[in-house]
Amino acid sequence: MKSKLSNEMVIEEIKSHFGDAIRNVEEPYGFLTVEVDAAKIHEIISWLKSEPSLAISFLTNIGAVHYPDNKGNEFALVYHLQSMTNNYRLRLKAHVSLEQPEIKSIVDIYSGANWMERETFDFYGIQFVGHPNLTRILNEDSMDYYPMRKEFHLEDATREDKDDRFFGR
Amino acid sequence: MGKIEDLQVINGEGYQLSVLDKVVATARLNSVWPLPFATSCCGIEYMATMGSNYDLARFGMERMSFSPRQADLLIVAGTISKKLAPILKQVYEQMAEPKWVISVGACASSGGIFDTYSVLQGIDRVIPVDVYVPGCPPRPEQIIDGIMKIHEMVKHEPMRRRYSDEYKSLLNKYDIEGNEE
Repeated sequence: MKSKLSNEMVIEEIKSHFGDAIRNVEEPYGFLTVEVDAAKIHEIISWLKSEPSLAISFLTNIGAVHYPDNKGNEFALVYHLQSMTNNYRLRLKAHVSLEQPEIKSIVDIYSGANWMERETFDFYGIQFVGHPNLTRILNEDSMDYYPMRKEFHLEDATREDKDDRFFGR
Repeated sequence: MGKIEDLQVINGEGYQLSVLDKVVATARLNSVWPLPFATSCCGIEYMATMGSNYDLARFGMERMSFSPRQADLLIVAGTISKKLAPILKQVYEQMAEPKWVISVGACASSGGIFDTYSVLQGIDRVIPVDVYVPGCPPRPEQIIDGIMKIHEMVKHEPMRRRYSDEYKSLLNKYDIEGNEE
């Protein structure tokens, strides 16, 4: 089924309301990707949900990416949203820094964001301000680092039977 | 196999003489109750081992004990994540002496291919292991071979070993409380 919305319509609509907050717009594989200010992400997601002409009211996933060389914007938070009624998908991105990895929680908009934000916190250490229970969800509670950050080795450091020369360590 | 070949019995009128160690070992040997702790593909191979083709029941092991308190042999088959490690240790601690542990497959023995931050690099980091079965996953024949190695240990288990200082210091290494005499 073809979507009732087009990328042009949606980006025009977002620009007319949040023109200042938009940093970059991309369309990889025809998938509209809007990079916005981290401070505005809560407001934009809330508006997308309530705006009847868009009705982008389903949160598919929240994730993060670590770009250690992108100084000041080390973490990209990626929000995948969908409109069930319009058969339309949208990707929102926001950057936060390593010094202050904070973003407003969207649990008050989507209850389903609760575990997604906990997972993102678990692996990247992103602080979701306003989350009701921001604790580790998948890793053991005693873990003292955020394993998906690039500065940590993927491999278990305590393993003894591997020769580093053959395993790229 | 299974029986103690050199179990000597002297029969007399109204009495029977034998060596207690060996009588007890014979009884244990033919009724090792396993507790399967299966988490992944090794668990499937283990199930095949239990099934009628390979038939672990012929060793007196038909009764799977899903309560650690009534189990003699802990069969750890599969990847153990670090989050699961304290649970595995708790299961081991709840088992009554004498107890044996068999580590089935590469993951349980060494972490296997999962050389990663979330996986325990071998269960011998949290509990003592008696027999390691290599393979990814091992065939049922290999698992049976491992169990026969356990039988060999059961057969020669002295009655007092579990109270020995060596055994206690082994458990202490794993922060597990040993038996009180």
